[in-house]
Amino acid sequence: MTAPDKKTARFSVMREDRSPVGVELAHLEKRYGTQTVLHDISLSVAPGEIFTIMGPSGSGKSVLLRHIAGLETATSGTVTINGHDPRLPETRDRFALALVFQAGALFNSFTVYENLALYLLEHRICPKGEIRDRVMRILKILSLEGAALKLPSELSGGMKKRVAVARALVMEPQLILYDEPTSELDPIMSATIAELIATLKEQFTVTTIVVSHDRDLALTISDRVAVLHQGRLRTVEPPAALRQSADPVIRDFLNPQIDLRNPRFKKLEASYE
Amino acid sequence: MNRIHAVLDSFGSAVTLAWRAFASLPSAPRILKRTAEHGYYGGYTTLPIVTILSFFIGAVLALQAGITMRNFGAKDLIGILVGASMARELGPVMVAILLAGRVGSAVTAELASMKVYQEIDALETMNIPPPRLLVLPRLLAVLVVMPVLTIAGNIVGWFGGAIVCHSVSFISVSPEAYFNSITRYLEMQDILDGLIKAEIFGFVVMLIACNTGLRTRGGPREIGFAVTKSVVTSLIAILVLDYFITKALA
Repeated sequence: MTAPDKKTARFSVMREDRSPVGVELAHLEKRYGTQTVLHDISLSVAPGEIFTIMGPSGSGKSVLLRHIAGLETATSGTVTINGHDPRLPETRDRFALALVFQAGALFNSFTVYENLALYLLEHRICPKGEIRDRVMRILKILSLEGAALKLPSELSGGMKKRVAVARALVMEPQLILYDEPTSELDPIMSATIAELIATLKEQFTVTTIVVSHDRDLALTISDRVAVLHQGRLRTVEPPAALRQSADPVIRDFLNPQIDLRNPRFKKLEASYE
Repeated sequence: MNRIHAVLDSFGSAVTLAWRAFASLPSAPRILKRTAEHGYYGGYTTLPIVTILSFFIGAVLALQAGITMRNFGAKDLIGILVGASMARELGPVMVAILLAGRVGSAVTAELASMKVYQEIDALETMNIPPPRLLVLPRLLAVLVVMPVLTIAGNIVGWFGGAIVCHSVSFISVSPEAYFNSITRYLEMQDILDGLIKAEIFGFVVMLIACNTGLRTRGGPREIGFAVTKSVVTSLIAILVLDYFITKALA
């Protein structure tokens, strides 16, 4: 066996095991002061799965995702990625974990190219020439090559989302987390993002967890969907089974009725008179 | 009780932040470019305002000294009075106050905004420690910049005093006599003491700015509160530390 030469030894070796990872949540509970945001959540996400967490606003979806990303510490219960605590830097080093934030969370003082290259430069993944190739390849996949030198403030909402996805992909993640990937996007762009998530899962063999209240996105691309309601896990089912659910909360959430004769609005009208 | 707890909490988190930043010192060669950028912003762009203020502080010191000392016939000592005051006290304190107001506030605003808009969370998920990327370059830059700004401030302040001594009729001390007084009585230790103060002040101001920014919680309104808190805390820290450092160096 020959020792690596000095030039290549400077760069950390790419993870050899590139297989997607599994995620396990056991009796997860989160309290902020006296308010309990998550109640006894237990679920498991299989390697390579697209798993969507749905629920109305304020149901605790994003908090749950932040726990999986290792950005929050649970009040009780555990979150593990292939048996490892995601809060530990060693776990993040071992299984590249990428989070696509709802608002992108792009570094505003960096160009799009610098946003993507930062992870590779900081972790010395590869030499500078290779970093350029890798970043430009990802930008090309997402039709963003023309935006490489732009600042995030110069991009549209849809482009910002795609740059956030590109920044995640450049890490070659084994687990990718999306927080409301289609919020604030028009239906066409939402469909494009949904297609992108499904395609990336195939191309990059990655475990995908999506938090969304976008019913179409969840029921189209997911292998399984979890529904959160008031911080409690209501159900975990494949989309086909979820469509047939007899649970009134789930039925109301999936098929909301717009009733302009709703008594609440009558009350509102009365208060103006 | 809550307030005491909050102060101790902030102090502990600032110490931890400094520790985490300096723990990544071995990666300093990789952050040289960022350190230079922060040095340029904190140093070069602050220099004009430091020189203007130092000039007038030196001038006012000379004027006040002249008014008092003409009654005692000790005008020849105006030089050393201005020189020592600038070197030991006013130079480092003024530069630190300027740093807190001009650079510290900007740093807090930038880091608080990064925190509020989840850029710090993004760094953490990428396993890039914010203390290494955002804090260490700023701390190193301020350690380089503070002595330079303080020396520049001292020199300009001395010249401000010299011009006043020469041009104000009731003082009329020649520049030669003024600078003779400085060179005769001012010791290298006086200048070094001032530089030690400047380094400590600069480090503390930048640490407070970074720590306050990174501890910001909530929405955009909190960014403004964080900036105010950072500047006020820095000013208090400068003056409190000034007393203790002066006592320690005496």
